[in-house]
Order: sequence, then C-alpha cells, then structure tokens
Amino acid sequence: MSEAAIRFEGVSKYYPLYHHMVRGFKSFLFNMPSAIREMRNSRFLALEGLSFEVKAGQSMGIIGKNGAGKSTILALIAGVMRPTRGRVEVAGRITSLLELGSGFHPDLTGKENIILNGVLLGLTRREVIKRMDGIIDFSGIEESIDQPVRTYSTGMQARLGFSIVAHMDPEILLIDEILSVGDIEFQGKCHRRILEFKEKGVTMVFVSHSMGSVRMVCDSAMWLDERTIRMIGEAEEVVSAYAGGA
Amino acid sequence: MIKKIPVEHIKDLLFELTKKELKVRYKNSYLGYLWSLLNPLALSLVFYLAFKVIMKVAIENYTLFIIAGLFPWQLFSNSVNASATCFIGNASLIKKTTFPKEMLVYGLISSELIHFLLSIPVIVFFLIIYGKYPTPAWLLGLPLIITAQFLMAAGFSLAVASANLFFRDLERLVGIFTTLLFYLTPIIYSMDIIPKEYHRLIMMNPLSPLILTYKGIFLEGVFDFRYFIYTFVWGVIVFFTGRAVYGKLNGQLAEAL
Repeated sequence: MSEAAIRFEGVSKYYPLYHHMVRGFKSFLFNMPSAIREMRNSRFLALEGLSFEVKAGQSMGIIGKNGAGKSTILALIAGVMRPTRGRVEVAGRITSLLELGSGFHPDLTGKENIILNGVLLGLTRREVIKRMDGIIDFSGIEESIDQPVRTYSTGMQARLGFSIVAHMDPEILLIDEILSVGDIEFQGKCHRRILEFKEKGVTMVFVSHSMGSVRMVCDSAMWLDERTIRMIGEAEEVVSAYAGGA
Repeated sequence: MIKKIPVEHIKDLLFELTKKELKVRYKNSYLGYLWSLLNPLALSLVFYLAFKVIMKVAIENYTLFIIAGLFPWQLFSNSVNASATCFIGNASLIKKTTFPKEMLVYGLISSELIHFLLSIPVIVFFLIIYGKYPTPAWLLGLPLIITAQFLMAAGFSLAVASANLFFRDLERLVGIFTTLLFYLTPIIYSMDIIPKEYHRLIMMNPLSPLILTYKGIFLEGVFDFRYFIYTFVWGVIVFFTGRAVYGKLNGQLAEAL
C-alpha cells in the first residue's frame, strides 16, 4: 500500500517560447538538430526542482496562485509533457480529468461523444457501450443526449464530461479544478463520486482553488509558489497556512 | 514511460476517429457524400474542356483517362492537405489526453480512403460507358496499391501534421506543393506524350508510379507489378520518415499548441 504511485525527482520544466523560433522553414529543415537546440535556449521556466511522491491510494491536493505551475504538474504526470530535467515516475493507469468536455466535438450528439471520449480515454468500444446507460443516467441530461453537444450549456457539457470519467476505472485520477462546475446538486454528486474512488483505493491528484474541496478529499497537500514547493504536508496544515499567508 | 496499448483498443480508436471524421464532415450538408464526388467530377470536366475540346490532346477516352488518375490523386492530396490542421484542430485532445496522437492522422486518412472506395463505382460507371469492364486484376491490384498509397499518405501526413505545429507556414506551403506535384504526375497526360528526357524527372516523383499503377488497373485491366513495387518501396520509405519526424516532435506537441 505504501508503494509510490507518482514520484517526481528534481523535476524542472521549461516551456520554449515558440514565437522566438519562427526563423523560416528552410533553415529548420536543413539544420534540424541545431535549430531544435536553439529553440530550447529561449524558454520560460514553469517548474523548478520539484521532488515529491504520492503513495498509492493517497490523494494529494495542489494549491497555489494562477500560473504557479499546478496544471503543468498534472500534464507531466499524465505524460502529455516531458520534464526538461529530472524524472517523473508513474505506476498505474491514468485517467485525467484535466478539462471537462475538452474532447467533445460540437457537431456530434451526446451519445456519439460519450463513445468517442470513452475510447480516447482508454476504454474499448464494447466497454463504453456497456457503461452507456450508467453514464447517461449519472449526467442527468437524458432528454438532450441525442442532440449535438453544441446545443448544450457549459454546465451540461461539464456534467456529461464528468459522468464519462466517473465511469472509467482509473488507478490514478488527475482532477483539474472541476468541482466548481454544475449546480449544487451535481457538485454534491461529483464529490460523492470522488470519495467513492478514494475508498476504492484510487490515487488522486487534485488541483483546486476550493480549500473546502481540498480539505474534504485530500490526505496531503502541496502549496506551489513561484514555480516551486512552498510547503508540503498534511492537507489541513497546508490549507490553513495557505489561507492565512496568501 | 512506454505504455502497452492492447490491439483491440487501437482498432476501436481508429474506428471511432474515422467515424468522427466522416460524420462531422457531412453533419450539416444535404448532399453529403455526393460532395466528395462532385468535386473531382467538376475538375475532370474542366480538364476535359481545356485539354480535349480546346487543346485537342490525342488521348482516347479522355474523361475516363482523367478520372482514373484524379480519384486516387484526391485520396493523396486531400489527406496531406487536411493533415496540416489535424493536430492543431484537436489541440484540446492533445493537451489533455494520452492516447497515441498518430491515430488522429490514421483516422483522417482512413476517412479519405473510404471516400475513395465509394468513388470506385463512378469509375466503373465511366468504364462501362466506354465499353470496358473491371478485370480480375482489380482484385489483386487494388488492395496492394491501396496499401502502398496508405503508407505514402500516412508518412507525408504525419510529418506535415507534426511539423505544422512548429511552422504554421507549412500548411500554405503544402497547398502549393501538392498543386505543383499534381502537374508533375501523369494524371492529365500520359507518359508517351511527354519528351523522353523528362521521363526520369517525372519518375522521380513517388506519386507517378502510384498513379500509373492505378491507371494500368482501371484503364487496361492490368496490374503492373514493377510500378507497384516501385510505389511500395517509396511508400515504406516515406512512412518511416514521416513516423521519425512525428516521433522526434511527439514529446513537444502539447507544448507547441
């Protein structure tokens, strides 16, 4: 149980500044290696020297100001980005709830989007179809499920997005600031679902500006400030320190 | 951190992404799939008027001659042109989820491939008008040449889709490049009407043996194995080059978007 599900060792992340590198297509093609090296020289520091771990079955909250690097950490865990320096180790199947409904296609219906999204998130078609009724039921938008998603309100899209993720079976769940969507009733439903995942032993990393949610869901918390860890420890302590100090 | 993805899931991804491409394209149009026929047919009509009626080229069955080359060409050029925006158009997916991104490109090409397959009856229709019929060579030839073409289109498309994130000018260049390439490919002319000294130049274009294989099958009912092998070798080279470019840039896709 005390195996680390996620481990960061001295992780730094730089973003290249892409507007600096438009130096023409020809020079890129002919000097590909050096051109790429050059791009790396004009860059923007997003995270510096982060080391921490999240044990399997634990949930950790990440709090901090906008631009502190919270979402970058999630992207690194999810593997959509690679660290510039250091190592990121992840053991387990990841489901990311990074932005609800981000994978929806506006012209497809709710149902079509459920299948597409489920498959993109790692299920097979058969598995998605088996869970279809559960997903629709959870979302509470049965009447509109055969309408194109572009006709949905933001709240409805978020509901559908969360419902899909709620029916995946993740070992590691990444959640980026989502519980602020939907009405109070649906928020409650989301919270309950997340706590269910926690009970099942799913490892969670939870980015939020809602201190209440962090307190409720997380065992530990990390306070990010100026691209590095300001404080890490028991959720309760870190949240109080953050709320007092920020 | 290399994840093993089961074959069934890859298959489902390809299926769903292809279906999405097809559905989205025709979602709000009345004529739907007919559009993918009307475009090349209109183009064929223009070429017919320009080259047969006005310039009087000495190629018989000229409409059929053009269509037999133009339809397969469209499969290639549509794939490559659409691939430029394939990753950009799916930015949120690339930034947020971890499925293999190259599947987006394969889905795109598969949807173009389905259009092409659906246009083969039109070619047959024109054959019959000119008193010709499909031959057994089609059964062997078409699957093989389509495979070679898929590799070639996939290679170009993967490279274009990835590189376009870093150099947005590429998508304009690709448009110009495919237009030029069209005239360097024996689609609207045959090899025997161009001077001998240009044959080598034309045959340096990987699309030439491809189109000539198709024309052999559709027009003469013959599968030219030499042209096919030539195309296939090109296809393999282009595919692995394209994958190498994609592999090189893959880790940075999410940051560039």
